[in-house]
Amino acid sequence: MFNNYNPINNIEFQILDHNGKIVAKDMLPSIKDADLLKAYKDMLFARTADLQIVSYQRQGRIYTYPPNYGQEAISGAVGSLIKDNDWLVPAFREMGAMLAKGVTLKELFLYFMGYEDGSKYSKAKRTLPISVPIASQFLHAAGLGYAIKYSKDKDLVYAFVGDGGTSEGDFHEAINFAGVWKIPVIFIIQNNQYGISTPTKMQTASQNLAIKSIAYGVKGIKVDGNDYFAMYKTLQESIKICESGEGPVLIEAVTYRKGAHTTSDDPSKYRTKEEEELWDTKDPLKRLKSYLISKKLWTDKEEEKIIEQYKVEVDRQFIEAENYGPYPKEDIFKYMYAEMPDDLKEQEKEYERFLEWKASRTK
Amino acid sequence: MKIMNMVNAINDALDIKLNEDRSVVVYGQDVGVEGGVFRVTEGLQKKYGADRVFDSPLAESGIVGTAIGMSIAGLRPIVEMQFCGFIYPAFNQIISHAARMHNRSRGDHKTPMVIRMPYGGGINALEHHSESMEAIFGHIPGLKVVAPSTPHDAKGMLISAIESNDTILFMEPKRIYRAIKQEVAEGKYTIPLGKANVISQGKDVTIVSFGAMIREVQKAIVMAKEAGISVELIDLRSIYPIDKETISKSVKKTGRIITVTEGPKSFGLGAEISQIAIEEAFLHLEAPPVRVSGFDVIVPLPKGEHHYMQDPYKIFYEIEKIVKY
Repeated sequence: MFNNYNPINNIEFQILDHNGKIVAKDMLPSIKDADLLKAYKDMLFARTADLQIVSYQRQGRIYTYPPNYGQEAISGAVGSLIKDNDWLVPAFREMGAMLAKGVTLKELFLYFMGYEDGSKYSKAKRTLPISVPIASQFLHAAGLGYAIKYSKDKDLVYAFVGDGGTSEGDFHEAINFAGVWKIPVIFIIQNNQYGISTPTKMQTASQNLAIKSIAYGVKGIKVDGNDYFAMYKTLQESIKICESGEGPVLIEAVTYRKGAHTTSDDPSKYRTKEEEELWDTKDPLKRLKSYLISKKLWTDKEEEKIIEQYKVEVDRQFIEAENYGPYPKEDIFKYMYAEMPDDLKEQEKEYERFLEWKASRTK
Repeated sequence: MKIMNMVNAINDALDIKLNEDRSVVVYGQDVGVEGGVFRVTEGLQKKYGADRVFDSPLAESGIVGTAIGMSIAGLRPIVEMQFCGFIYPAFNQIISHAARMHNRSRGDHKTPMVIRMPYGGGINALEHHSESMEAIFGHIPGLKVVAPSTPHDAKGMLISAIESNDTILFMEPKRIYRAIKQEVAEGKYTIPLGKANVISQGKDVTIVSFGAMIREVQKAIVMAKEAGISVELIDLRSIYPIDKETISKSVKKTGRIITVTEGPKSFGLGAEISQIAIEEAFLHLEAPPVRVSGFDVIVPLPKGEHHYMQDPYKIFYEIEKIVKY
């Protein structure tokens, strides 16, 4: 499949078109109805949560947040296939994949409310915290991949970056290392068309991003990232490649960030309504929903009902996070080192003396 | 005179230099079409064209490394690092080349460039958006590091930085980007780099600080005044070169010195300034120099940040202690 979709030919792999019609029947992965429905519902849950977080932010109840809106199928397909023992290496726009790993919404809320505790995942195994410095996490993924190969394990690494991240040196070093080491890492570029305000065509003169794989001797493919089936099929094939020792793989998932870069950003400064409307017709959930309805697996009514349930659940977890309580002062010191230096202990004590003094003065 | 905040003042300085000097170019991530994430470069691409004010690919090392090449070729690039925490991919280019090229080539190649970078905490930001790591940069031989605390200073210092034939790291206290408005002179003026500013005269204790912390110190000075303590406040303005003369002159008068900085305590700017006081005014000191600084910890996320940041109470606490020493 990777040969048929060689990025040098700049073809985008698609199975489900914008109208919810299957256009590559021979490529359609066989997924049980129940599993497909679960995947759709998971994406719908992620979208409901995402939209709700933006409204919480507008109410001043959470700090800066980078919306996932419009990109749900990429994380959704990873979520369907990633196993407990696989590693997830997120950037910061992969909510669905994180939830699938077992990260809770409450934990994500805590993180964006400004608690480091939100990066300590109580249930999600083998999930690295959100990585803010662009593309830096790609090298960690290569290291994890090396460790898997070294231990002769069969696990995989799923790593994410955005289109802007492909300009960073770390991106190239990671693909190069992984290619040399032949390690089981699936590198996923979420090409959502913009790095904040900068369009992908200003990041690179390459005709696509997947093509960068060729220079590093790595298999690459450009996929319609708003097509759940195409993403699923691509990942299935990537898993096979990695499991046979022929990894890594570089996937360019073409999508669109329907929301802002973060809640501090105003996309109207750099893109047009017409463009947004065009991409709206390619929305990942809309087209999967049309497909599900055509297969009589889903109805508008069910969707309306379940969204209401999801809203209640999102709100419940949000309020739990809001009631998390004050931030203990010792927490800024105690996780700095595995073995805390004496001087740092002394700084903490000095801070306590100051707080006592302050309390006595501000009574 | 025109009322400006620091964003307006920096924009004005860029405008003036772009207008009068064809060799000036401005680039970085999102500085062109969008005018920067803090809108510091707003309107400049429209006015001067996309060959002089432009968006670059997302790569800090690429931005600084190419600026070195441009500056060697005679341009005067002004590049933006979007946030202080993202400068580190460019660290290699800064420490290995920007700071060395002049010395390496025995003065043959100059690197007259400005690296602008918002820094500092107190804005409820995500990780990597709140650090104040001036000490790391001040420690690099060959690099000059400055940080204004007012719109007036920002404009005059940036024009000086652009006109300097050295590489200048221009640290912008984003917490007060829009918090302070004042009358700023229209047209061109410069403020020499390397000169501190004595903001208020006092006789009991000298406080040396810079950037966004100046405002916090000023609040502490009000508390000190109520307690009958007179504080002299020095705004360092330039981290390197550092104005030893102004510091030592003040310490000789007051006999006591407190430094107030945002960065972590160990190996920080406070230690450097304290040592200057010891070397230059040892026999005048009536108490050991005191550092009010961050702890040696990662700047906490917003919910814990108040434990880390300097507030007027933390500063007044030390003022009270040092005069009683």
